[in-house]
Amino acid sequence: MRKLLIAIVWLYFGILLIGPLAYLCRQAMSDGVAAFWGEITRPEAVHGFKLTTEITVIVLVLNLIFGTVTALVLARQQFKGRTLLSGLIDLPFAVSPVIAGFMLVLLFGPETLLGMFFGALDIKVLFAMPAMVLATLFVTFPFVVRELTPVLQTLGKAGEESARTLGANEWQVFLKVTLPAVRWGLVYGATLTIARAIGEFGAVLVVSGNVLLLTQTATLHIYQSYVDFNYVGAYAVAMVLIVVSFAILTVLEVARVRATAGDS
Amino acid sequence: MKIEIRHLSKRFGTVEAVSDVSFAVEEGELLGLLGPSGSGKTTVLRIIAGLETPSTGDILIDSVRVNDLPAQRRNIGFVFQHYALFKHLTVFHNVAFGLKIKKWRRAEMAQRVSDLLRLMGLEALADRYPHQLSGGQRQRVAIARALAPKPSVLLLDEPFGAVDAKVRQELREWLIRLHDDLNVTSLFVTHDQEEAMEVSDRIIVFAKGHLEQVGSPADVYEEPATEFVARFIGSMNILEAKVTNGKAKVGSMEFPVSEFPDGQQVQVGFRPYYVKVSEDPARFRQQARLRHVYFLGVAYRLEIETDDGVILRSRMNKEEYRQCKFEVGQPVSYAITHFRILPQEGKPGAFLQPPQPPESGPFTP
Repeated sequence: MRKLLIAIVWLYFGILLIGPLAYLCRQAMSDGVAAFWGEITRPEAVHGFKLTTEITVIVLVLNLIFGTVTALVLARQQFKGRTLLSGLIDLPFAVSPVIAGFMLVLLFGPETLLGMFFGALDIKVLFAMPAMVLATLFVTFPFVVRELTPVLQTLGKAGEESARTLGANEWQVFLKVTLPAVRWGLVYGATLTIARAIGEFGAVLVVSGNVLLLTQTATLHIYQSYVDFNYVGAYAVAMVLIVVSFAILTVLEVARVRATAGDS
Repeated sequence: MKIEIRHLSKRFGTVEAVSDVSFAVEEGELLGLLGPSGSGKTTVLRIIAGLETPSTGDILIDSVRVNDLPAQRRNIGFVFQHYALFKHLTVFHNVAFGLKIKKWRRAEMAQRVSDLLRLMGLEALADRYPHQLSGGQRQRVAIARALAPKPSVLLLDEPFGAVDAKVRQELREWLIRLHDDLNVTSLFVTHDQEEAMEVSDRIIVFAKGHLEQVGSPADVYEEPATEFVARFIGSMNILEAKVTNGKAKVGSMEFPVSEFPDGQQVQVGFRPYYVKVSEDPARFRQQARLRHVYFLGVAYRLEIETDDGVILRSRMNKEEYRQCKFEVGQPVSYAITHFRILPQEGKPGAFLQPPQPPESGPFTP
């Protein structure tokens, strides 16, 4: 019975994870290392990696700042609408990324007030970097906040208060007490954000227009190569993303252990 | 430094946690704020520290009104109930925290920290992290950390609440010695009346946000100013009675209370050690039955049921008890040697002492 259960788990993992992964690696290398290298160094692919990296970095920085602020406010302040805000944090998990993308298209479309405003300023939002960042922000928004809020709540106020009585101002309290205490929670949230930002497809597809060498991220490039029957190209870029994901997974695991070990 | 609290009130929403409290802590004093949980004593402490803002009233430290000073500028040492040490810092750096914030020079800082660690008996633990310490050690680190920047006042919130009984006893004695050495004005909060008695120069008793009594431990114990204090501090037999012909009667017990008008309802209170019990039925005039005997270590507590069905607690020291050869269930005689009429809401109490009878001859109140 026990062996059967273990076998079932292996099979499940095999079909869902290990098989596809192994197949992907084999296909990526099916025309040899040179072809693989050629595919991932094509200008389109390189541009895709670059764009994905840029979006990820911007989204990460914004999420770290606003996610931390949001978590601090939710965990430490009592105010009207707090429950509503905490409830809304999970919204991006419930809404399909494609819908998120459409909301942005509707919001910034040329006929809307916002669209006209930015149009008049000659700032391109839709089918350009700003919309792609916004779309990625929408889908990654919950990660830092959701990681940090409970950590801050468990941490309690006493440490921060004792720092205050010892003469620390608010900024010193945050830098010297709060931040060190929640640092692994923050790393965990950051890693999830990176993983999600790199892999985001639906929301970005809708708002980017998927313009070659302009708004085509790595995932969009994979999709495009696949549609164009360039399987090796699709597999090769996918494999690069997979390797990155594994690296992230490792960091994630370390961060999770540290975060739950209470930092000791 | 002297601390003064004037007409302090604090409301949380509709709840009045502290209402119109005024008191002063004298320079160098060790003052205990005593009260059951939820009585507002911790709120008062936090308001003094600047961690809460009062709804009304003033806080003066060394005659300067500090209401508008944020916590970090009040120069107050605060010791939290659950230590609140910085987990990511070693003992040394925990203690040095306040000095770093105040930009002490490195050499002076190291000197100050190692002086304090020596004073606290923690010098061997300087490089440990908080999670590697015992509860008592953590508490001492917390106190060292609070003392490091030379605060004008030390505030301690339930300082011994989170350690076991034996360590608590050691820490109490240690705190008294520390206070004698440093002489820093200190205010500590506790719900443990024994602790308050043992440690404080003076005690302030709180109940439901009100200040009930201020006085030396002996005053508070011997002459409770309110019914609450009488019930809260120490053990007391309390009987309800109605005054008739200048006497408060409870069954066959009669207490002379000529100051009170006939018909008034009073509460008669007496400590267990004012209830004398003898196995000799002829020794005292009142009769009862021994229900239980509790061994308290230094003494015995006896629970007797009078012939009128009233349960009284008596306390006897070991020698007395051993001479008596009690058996549970046996008939005993008893007498009450002192009593007082407890103050009622808003009225002062009366301390009444019946003619001293005691050891010789039976006495009946």
